[in-house]
Amino acid sequence: MDSFWKFPTMDADTLRLLKKNIDEGFRAFTRAYGDSIENVFNPLQSFLIWAERLLLATPWPVVIAAVAVIAWIASRSMKIVAGCVATLLVIGWFDMWDDTMKTVSMIFVCTVLAIVIGIPIGIGMARSNRLQSIVNPVLDVMQTMPSFVYLIPVVMLLGIGRVPGVIAVVIYAVPPMIRLANLGIRMVDKDVLEAADAFGSSSWQKLRNVQLPLALPTIMAGVNQTIMMALSMVVIASMIGVQGLGQPVLKAIANQYFTLGVFNGLAIVGIAIIFDRISQAYGSRLQKHREIVHG
Amino acid sequence: MAEANQPGIDVRNLWKVFGPNAKAMVPLLKQGLSKAELNGRHGHVLGLRNVNITMPAGAIQVIMGLSGSGKSTLIRHINRLVDPTAGEILVGDEDVVKMGVHELREFRRHKTAMVFQKFALLPHRNVLENVVYGLEIQGVPRRRQVEAAIRWIDRVGLAGFEKHYPNQLSGGMQQRVGLARALANDAPILLMDEAFSALDPLIRTDMQTVLLDIQKEIRKTIVFITHDLDEALRLGDRIAILRDGEVVQQGTSQDIVLRPADDYVKAFVKEVSRGRVVYVEAVMAPFRPADRSLATVPRQTTLDAAANVLMQHCCEHLTVMDEAGTPVGQISLRQLLRAIVTPADDIG
Repeated sequence: MDSFWKFPTMDADTLRLLKKNIDEGFRAFTRAYGDSIENVFNPLQSFLIWAERLLLATPWPVVIAAVAVIAWIASRSMKIVAGCVATLLVIGWFDMWDDTMKTVSMIFVCTVLAIVIGIPIGIGMARSNRLQSIVNPVLDVMQTMPSFVYLIPVVMLLGIGRVPGVIAVVIYAVPPMIRLANLGIRMVDKDVLEAADAFGSSSWQKLRNVQLPLALPTIMAGVNQTIMMALSMVVIASMIGVQGLGQPVLKAIANQYFTLGVFNGLAIVGIAIIFDRISQAYGSRLQKHREIVHG
Repeated sequence: MAEANQPGIDVRNLWKVFGPNAKAMVPLLKQGLSKAELNGRHGHVLGLRNVNITMPAGAIQVIMGLSGSGKSTLIRHINRLVDPTAGEILVGDEDVVKMGVHELREFRRHKTAMVFQKFALLPHRNVLENVVYGLEIQGVPRRRQVEAAIRWIDRVGLAGFEKHYPNQLSGGMQQRVGLARALANDAPILLMDEAFSALDPLIRTDMQTVLLDIQKEIRKTIVFITHDLDEALRLGDRIAILRDGEVVQQGTSQDIVLRPADDYVKAFVKEVSRGRVVYVEAVMAPFRPADRSLATVPRQTTLDAAANVLMQHCCEHLTVMDEAGTPVGQISLRQLLRAIVTPADDIG
């Protein structure tokens, strides 16, 4: 009757042994391959440092002007440009410029990485139902697994610093990119695809001329989601040594500095809104040909 | 551009069964298994049953049938958007069914062009970029792509709309783009899958006229699918009528209207305005020199047109002439009327 009220468990010694063996195995793996794996990520490290230096070394008026130009090209809306410039000016006035630039550079690198990894996987999934049924559960795990859990092996392998931070952020932020690329390509009108076939398109021509352009608005929504999710990881990434707006927030939590936390938190919100408005405006401008409908 | 040596299309013993074990079903069907039995007992769907059609080169072959008759399946066999279960499709002396992936792609690029019921234009490309699509896929230099596209856009009456997007155009204009896109490809075979069915009646007639005008110049082998007998009779040099995946009759418009093969075809033909289809030669009386009239018509004049001529001349008879100008028959107003009005025993 005992086992009815209390769940029968594995015997404690076996369980301890199991955990110990896995831990030791992974530690051995880390010792054996840690260095070579770190070397693999060296180019990423240089890319990160380059992006950060670029933003920090550029005088602030130039950065703000550049953001204004990008916002204008993407949205063609003075309102969005003015909003972006004002947000950046306020952030700078509150002495958070350097941290903001570090965060922006990291988000930029993470987004580029997520696009480079995500779109090909999404295309692959759209083409093969088998691949889709394999990748989907993996994405589910990536999105629901608490990020602290996969920070542990990443830190064990690569130590603390920028690169493990970026890996953790990308693991968390890449699923919407993959999912929306897959969805966008699968939703392309079957009639148009048939027409492309009838004219003798090769599968690469079909992808380039029909599937990617028609999926682009959905893919842009994926980029937007990826950026937002990357930003939401900034504080967690700061726990393993990623510099930027996350670190003051971490300090604020540890020391109960209310104002410091709020200011830096609002700065994260500010750049999130800038990224969001610019990428959304660009996405909807891509759909312009759909809007003007024959009456 | 009018070449006489366009390839004809020869569809031979073509079977199409949809289902996991299609190949095994064909022998059973050959032994007389019916469509309902195939579906009920074996869970397969019959698409086409032993279709044989010889489509002449440089002419318009219409394939007519109601929805579910297999006509869209049939036209998709010609460029193998659908793979047959058994049979041959000969284009010139090539068998489309035996082509490999690469060969098939080249065949689709250079030998066929297709126009679709729902237009299937690329929504993110403007009219010009849509029309160059086939040539772009072929790898033709950009300058020649644009030249051909501009010429055909102009020919279908869309000059000035090159920079418009499909969404900005009406259905009729979108299908003109579809037609220009297919013609710009300059393939000898033009496949038109219910190309005008989605259009308003007036615009449809308009597009038929455009097609017939263009065909006079280009003389391509056109396969035209429709569910509308009036359209079939107006466009088709030859017509095949499909029912439940089987050809029930094929022939010229005269054959179909004057000698419907069975009740199914008869039911269709009853709704047709015969005056616009039937030629006087089919109903004329033998020529009697005594009745010779000054009003003459060529023998391939429709009854409507002949009645018009007769009315303008107020005489008893029309003399029907052959191509050489010798009288071959005569026809009176009474005979004309009787032929135009549907015979009484066919009503009700």
